[in-house]
Amino acid sequence: MTVDPSLAELSDTLFSIAVALYSVAVVAFSAQLAFGRRPARQLVSAGGGAPAEAPAPPARTDRWGLAGLAVTAVGAVVHAGVLVTRGMAADRLPWGNMYEFATAVVLVGVVVYLLLAVRVPAVRDIGAFVLAPVVIALVATGLFLYTETGPLVAALRSSWLAVHVSTAILGFGIFFVSGIASVLYLLRLRSDARGAEAEGSFLSRLPNAVTLDRVAHRTAVFGFPIWTFAVIAGAIWAESAWGRYWGWDPKETWAFIAWVVYAGYLHARTTAGWRGRPAAWVNVVGLGVMVFNLLYVNMVSTGLHSYGGLD
Amino acid sequence: MTTTAPPRPAAAPQPPARPSLGARAWGLWLRWWRRLTAMRTAIILLFLLALAAIPGSLLPQRSLNQNAVRQYFADHPTLAPVLDRLYAFDVFSSPWFAAVYLLLFVSLIGCVVPRLGEHVRALRAAPPPAPRRLQRLPDSAELATPLPGPAALDVVEEELRVRRFRVVRRSGAEPTPPGPAASGDELSAEKGFWKETGNLLFHLSLVALLLGLAGGKLWGYEGSILVTEGQGFCNSFQQYDTHSSGALVDGSDLTPLCIDLEDFRAEYEEDLTAASYTADIRYGGPGEEGEATTIGVNDPLRVDGDRVYVTGHGYAPRFTVTLPDGTAFTDVSAPFLPSDQTTMSSEGALKLPDLGAGVEDQLALEGFFAPTGLMQGGVLTSIDPRPLNPEVAILAYQGYLGLDSGLPQSVYSLDRSQIERGRLSEVGRANLAVGETLTLPDGTAVTFTGVDQFAALQFSHDPGQVWVLGAAIALLVGLLALLLLRRERFFARVGPAPDGGGTVLSVGSLTRGGGESATSFAELTGRLQAALDERAPTPSAPPSGGAAPEPEVPPRDR
Ligand code: HEM
Repeated sequence: MTVDPSLAELSDTLFSIAVALYSVAVVAFSAQLAFGRRPARQLVSAGGGAPAEAPAPPARTDRWGLAGLAVTAVGAVVHAGVLVTRGMAADRLPWGNMYEFATAVVLVGVVVYLLLAVRVPAVRDIGAFVLAPVVIALVATGLFLYTETGPLVAALRSSWLAVHVSTAILGFGIFFVSGIASVLYLLRLRSDARGAEAEGSFLSRLPNAVTLDRVAHRTAVFGFPIWTFAVIAGAIWAESAWGRYWGWDPKETWAFIAWVVYAGYLHARTTAGWRGRPAAWVNVVGLGVMVFNLLYVNMVSTGLHSYGGLD
Repeated sequence: MTTTAPPRPAAAPQPPARPSLGARAWGLWLRWWRRLTAMRTAIILLFLLALAAIPGSLLPQRSLNQNAVRQYFADHPTLAPVLDRLYAFDVFSSPWFAAVYLLLFVSLIGCVVPRLGEHVRALRAAPPPAPRRLQRLPDSAELATPLPGPAALDVVEEELRVRRFRVVRRSGAEPTPPGPAASGDELSAEKGFWKETGNLLFHLSLVALLLGLAGGKLWGYEGSILVTEGQGFCNSFQQYDTHSSGALVDGSDLTPLCIDLEDFRAEYEEDLTAASYTADIRYGGPGEEGEATTIGVNDPLRVDGDRVYVTGHGYAPRFTVTLPDGTAFTDVSAPFLPSDQTTMSSEGALKLPDLGAGVEDQLALEGFFAPTGLMQGGVLTSIDPRPLNPEVAILAYQGYLGLDSGLPQSVYSLDRSQIERGRLSEVGRANLAVGETLTLPDGTAVTFTGVDQFAALQFSHDPGQVWVLGAAIALLVGLLALLLLRRERFFARVGPAPDGGGTVLSVGSLTRGGGESATSFAELTGRLQAALDERAPTPSAPPSGGAAPEPEVPPRDR
């Protein structure tokens, strides 16, 4: 099996283009926030009925938002191209090392955001806050995790790679958006608490707290069974590749920790005394655990999973 | 979760005298039990479980890597023993880790079992009566129809039954037996029991999973062995290089299975990434001819619930030793352990303790093996994992090996203490390519004749595994039902139309889970109105009222 160098190079070029497009989208979304005039403040009743979303903002700012969305969508297509060309270059699924895994996770995050933005118009307003972490994550991925296109080590050559890693990427990408929504929810609550003083700040232009909380919860509810499945598929694969379905390898341990934290979030979200702020913090911790699992376990610890592709 | 409290004995109303010790103990127990099975406790225990797992990933664990633990002890001589006393190197089998998950599971059982009973009762019981003010429900509407009240409810009931609701009709607060014949001015309907069924299935599957895990640990065992091509082993703890077994495993009745390794192949990509390992083996009961098969990475042998894996490979250099009197030991070999997986340069020792009658000195070769050797500045290195140009760099020793000294020693290296004490001394050294010979001072000739491959094989027996898989699948099914389905209650009440002609139906619904409820409610009321209009002798007014915004999930109590 040989690696096609021109395709591999194309993949790297597309990566840069995707980052550039996402950066443009951040600018557009920021412009939307900066020039947008918020209609009268809405009060958010604690835990009660959701106030109806504000009517559509003035057309001019909406145009910035739509431009941001369009650029993001083009960016996502290019971003998908990064993975497709890499996969073609090495003639395999393009998630065999950390660089590819992280790139794919971020893509899922972007796509989830786009889908949400289409379905829930209020979510468009969080574009800047989703795309800025996306750009940061991609730049960090490119700088610190970059790996040459290459073949897979023997243990990774299994159809379970497709099942386990794809679902892990999907779950991670969804949790990424969920975690951002919870962070914004917490920021929004703070801005609400400051009242008139925060008027006109970026944060006061976010969707209302109830909407953010609901987006965080819905996405986590969607991501949790997928993550559960990814862990189970990983165990099935480990059984055939390593001789045991569960061995508390560091990666497995952190996948378990993340699972438990997200189960805690889903519980917290429906338990008196934990709803709202504390539950949102749990979700943020969950995302922290996912990122830690990706970075620390691949780069620092040694285990069966540490074929992250870094030398 | 508003209705989960287990049936509690009524608290004694202000006892006249001090309650008996038994009653007080019971009261205390109840209080603690309720606290333990409360949702809040479950959340705390979940976090404790997550926290408790962390040291297991940050510190080396005996179950994963004994050497790393030993290294940690060497690096932190004062800290390590303290940590060890806290089970920090055996986190996942430590009493405190067990305490956390056992408490969590007790809490879970205490939480879920009462719900199970309640769910079974709810399955048989009629849907609850309609609340007094339907317009206060999260979704509500009013439907006008010229039909008389009972006929209008008949239509609604029919439509709901088609949608798999369970329906009951009541007049006022009096329940009447369900059925189209019954009439009444009120209707309650309910569906979505699968959501709660999923919830219970999910939580109970967690318990089943834990039991399967524990069973596998107690009755399971594992053995590892290096097998050179042409050799084999039988499943017994005496034969394994290392093994581990559960507390309830009796070493004498392991599955009778023997494995012979006939051929082993390792394939590499151009950049020397290992592409595949395949082992041709023959397996069967002791003394049987056996069946031939091929196993490899990701592709173990599975027989009767037991599994045999290829976990690694390496080289066993072959030597022929000819003593001065002409006695020859032909093609003796020993596995050399790879010290570098990318080039497969390996280290090991070949020990020949018994060279025949009259030969007092024992002989040993220790050294370095390179599958593709290259001399660099007088030092042999390997530049390729494939055996393209096998070479060895060996030291030959004669004397006493100390094998029967009573102390265990590694088969991959010599006992240094015998060398230090002068009982074993170096008598020659050489770098040899295949076919070359090192002649020792006493005339003994050591010829490097070639190389065999060995496979690292692992035999695993885990009777809990299938059980765990079943529990995991049930868990996932339950989770999907729990998270994706919705539970819906629908109520309707008839009232006279304000203008006197016909009926106004107040309808309302309460939904849990499954996303936006307003749209599906609007759709349902639309269908109801259409059905009512169809039956009506004359067209009627469109529905009034509207869907209120979707409610948040009501908080659970406790
Ligand atoms: C092993 C630990 C546990 C895990 C992983 C777990 C996981 C979950 C998950 C993922 C949900 C779905 C949440 C949702 O509805 O959005 C859930 C729901 C629930 N859990 Fe647990 N749970 C555990 C232990 C417990 C315990 C100890 C209790 C009782 C105190 C409990 C009671 C419940 C209840 C009542 C629901 C409600 C479902 C509903 O109707 O909304 N769970 N659990």
